[in-house]
Amino acid sequence: MNEIKRVSEKTSNRILNSVFFGGGTPSLIEPSIIGDVLNEIQKHWKTKNNFEVTLEANPGSVDAKNFKAYKEAGVNRTSMGIQSLNTKDLKALGRTHTVEEALAAFEIARQNFKAVSFDLIYARQNQNINQWEKELSLALSLEASHMSLYQLTIEQGTAFGDRYNRGLLKGLPNDDTSADMYDLTLSLCEDRGLVSYEVSNYAHQGYESIHNLIYWRYGDYIGIGPGAHGRLTIDGKKYATETVLSPEAWLKKVECDGSGESNSVVLTDQQQAAEFVMMGLRLKEGINYQRFKNLSGSAFSKTKLNFLKDLNLIEEKDGYIATTNSGRKVLNSVLTELLN
Amino acid sequence: MVDIEKIRNFSIVAHIDHGKSTLADRLIQSTNTVADRDMKEQLLDSMDIERERGITIKANTVRIDYTASNGEKYVLNLIDTPGHVDFAYEVSRSMRAVEGSLLVVDSTQGVEAQTLANVYQAIDADHEIVPVLNKIDLPASDCERVSEQIEDVIGIDASEALEVSAKSGLGIQETLEAIVTKLPHPKGERNSPLKAMLVDSWYDAYLGVVVLVRIMDGVLEKGDKIKMFSNGSVHTVDRIGVFRPEMQSTEQLGPGEIGFITASIKQVRDTRVGDTITHEKKGAEEPLPGFNPSQPVVFCGLFPVDSSEFEDLRDAIEKLALNDASFSFEMETSAALGFGFRCGFLGLLHLEVIRDRIEREYDIELITTAPSVIYHIYMKDSSCIELHNPADMPDLSKVDHLEEPRIKATILVPDDYLGDVLKLCQDRRGIQEDLTYAGSRAMVVYDLPLNEVVFDFYDRLKSVTKGYASFDYQMTGYRQDNLVKMSILVNEEPVDALSIMVHRDRAEMRGRAMCEKLKDLIPRHMFKIPIQAAIGGKVIARETLAALRKDVTAKCYGGDATRKRKLLDKQKAGKKRMRQFGKVDIPQEAFISALKMDG
Repeated sequence: MNEIKRVSEKTSNRILNSVFFGGGTPSLIEPSIIGDVLNEIQKHWKTKNNFEVTLEANPGSVDAKNFKAYKEAGVNRTSMGIQSLNTKDLKALGRTHTVEEALAAFEIARQNFKAVSFDLIYARQNQNINQWEKELSLALSLEASHMSLYQLTIEQGTAFGDRYNRGLLKGLPNDDTSADMYDLTLSLCEDRGLVSYEVSNYAHQGYESIHNLIYWRYGDYIGIGPGAHGRLTIDGKKYATETVLSPEAWLKKVECDGSGESNSVVLTDQQQAAEFVMMGLRLKEGINYQRFKNLSGSAFSKTKLNFLKDLNLIEEKDGYIATTNSGRKVLNSVLTELLN
Repeated sequence: MVDIEKIRNFSIVAHIDHGKSTLADRLIQSTNTVADRDMKEQLLDSMDIERERGITIKANTVRIDYTASNGEKYVLNLIDTPGHVDFAYEVSRSMRAVEGSLLVVDSTQGVEAQTLANVYQAIDADHEIVPVLNKIDLPASDCERVSEQIEDVIGIDASEALEVSAKSGLGIQETLEAIVTKLPHPKGERNSPLKAMLVDSWYDAYLGVVVLVRIMDGVLEKGDKIKMFSNGSVHTVDRIGVFRPEMQSTEQLGPGEIGFITASIKQVRDTRVGDTITHEKKGAEEPLPGFNPSQPVVFCGLFPVDSSEFEDLRDAIEKLALNDASFSFEMETSAALGFGFRCGFLGLLHLEVIRDRIEREYDIELITTAPSVIYHIYMKDSSCIELHNPADMPDLSKVDHLEEPRIKATILVPDDYLGDVLKLCQDRRGIQEDLTYAGSRAMVVYDLPLNEVVFDFYDRLKSVTKGYASFDYQMTGYRQDNLVKMSILVNEEPVDALSIMVHRDRAEMRGRAMCEKLKDLIPRHMFKIPIQAAIGGKVIARETLAALRKDVTAKCYGGDATRKRKLLDKQKAGKKRMRQFGKVDIPQEAFISALKMDG
């Protein structure tokens, strides 16, 4: 509550679009606390008409029991970490819930919330394209309005990356197979009217996550709680903020210093431009080219743009630059090309 | 002054890992030449690379005082010679500086090819040879078999071979006695004009160039004005002494003695191994025979990974060259790699040692291009060009024919692997000259083109024989053959650093292998990349690297922005380790890896 108050002092004149309770297992919080937090928030900021309040939830039976109470506290959207519709793989992923529990929890969620989304992870170890097609078809038959479908990707510099480098991750599909799985996902979703509005997010029109769109459109957001990041424009400067990562240390810092913030730096125009492109090109809608030019003070090199256009990786339309479906699949390379 | 009859000069001949350095350590230790507390392993190998690789690169020497069982005091001078074929000339000079050798053979292993090459040099130098069977403490030791082998293969009497364990100290006393009783004392005339052989030289940060000498005739004293026979340069001796193994000053060195001098010599380049040193006035008329400085035979380009480090690289190379007369360099510009140096080496080990030293001692990361030998190109106008770099190959219409260097390779290998070795030599265009047996081991002699050997022959040999083969070679001369320059084109652009000289009959095979290798080595790009091998304008092999299809972070939300932006910055830095050819990034390791042949 103190943190909400602290951050609101600089931003109270702004209008809040959304709140997202996420990270860890937020649905362990008592519904009454969620209600208190939302009340506090509304004391400090005006909120939009279609104010989105999302709660990340585990698909276990325990959480599902509280869904009604969460709804009464003000939550109107949930994002469920189902991960897989295959019990054996769920165990391998270290999840405690079963497929039946997940499906049951999804039903309860749908009865309570206006919008329900769930996550699946694919291109998993030892998963072939046919298995994924079956699993995805089952997922689509649930007719959720929003789904996050993440490929298991190995990124250098992460714990997963280290395991991979040490040869501990076997049976991962190769790049071509992953690309095929991605293509299949896209086309099956579109058959059902789910638009791939972001690299890994699919939604019926009007059901896109308002909250996440703020990240990708490079809007402002406040991070509250341990390890939360924010991007905040104050007096024409964009700040990147960060709070203490460990919950105990964060709590202590808030109590002693009156602030959980561990870092707050002003981003340079170039850094902002890079983040804007990096986030914005994840979206099907792409980036407003003029806004990029305003931020960075320069345009993209014509040769680079034409090179990427010739490869059918990006397209330019109505003042927007956007990745094509194939461009979005190799976004890291596109970014390296554009931002270097 | 030391009585010449009480001097014994000797070297130790051994294959790598047969225990040469350990034996030297024991001899030094058991005569209290070095106090126990100062003792460390491989005492005579002073460079890190020497200790790590278990090889000796520079000749080292130590003077040992020994009181024999007859009560007489003797001076023993050990010269520890480089054991590797790359330094064959240095070895031959060291051999000329001593009268006898200990032939150390691992009694669990037997005679190896390198033992042979060095022992023949010892025989050439008229050495008395004392066979020493080492590692007799190991269960696999078989002295009888190895003695027989020494007699069969080398042809020297091994009936009185010493049985030693340098590790445990067994047989060390007997070895010292044998040095005194079996090796001859040196011969030389005290009153003759000075003749000293320059055995080796190196740069010392405090003393300048230190010269290791063996006095043949005459006496060398501090303050003497000396003259180098090869270039007539004159220097004044300002320090003279012996190694124990640290430097110890003396007043003079007489016939038969081995020691060092310093004489305000600026560069090691001014001191050529094998040269004769005499007095400026009343000097010797004739030099010692056999001065023949070694010439580089293997060339490659060295380029800094980070092109801004070019000046640092120049500095490092110049410093190393000061201390190594056999290493040559000149500036090279490559369209692909930017500025660097074309360097000449005595052989592959020499190349690796220099490259390692630049990377380690000077902290510069290098791109090493394909090693090449020197081709003789005979032009239609009957002139002859030496080609050190395939990129410099002249227009074919003006070339009459090419000649390449050949070697005589001696390989010793257990029976079981003989077939694989013969196949390897055959694949590398070898011509078999000899095949004999000594027990269960075969000795094969092949005439091979050097260019088939310089790159990865030794690695392949080790791998097909599980490390059981040993190998040595010597240059034999040049021979005409059907050689062509093969270029590699990546995304339609020729990459000069990847072009190689290859035999016409093997061009397709090599071209295919290189294209396949490059296809694995070059990361996928956003577009497909043709990789071609060509001779002149004719493409002889082709592979296509498919376009990248998947390269995106699955999850990227508000909390990931900072991390992700930093990751992008890191990728920019990572790209520095690649070289860009048009729009294609080629990782530095590709330049060498592409040339390795697997089968």
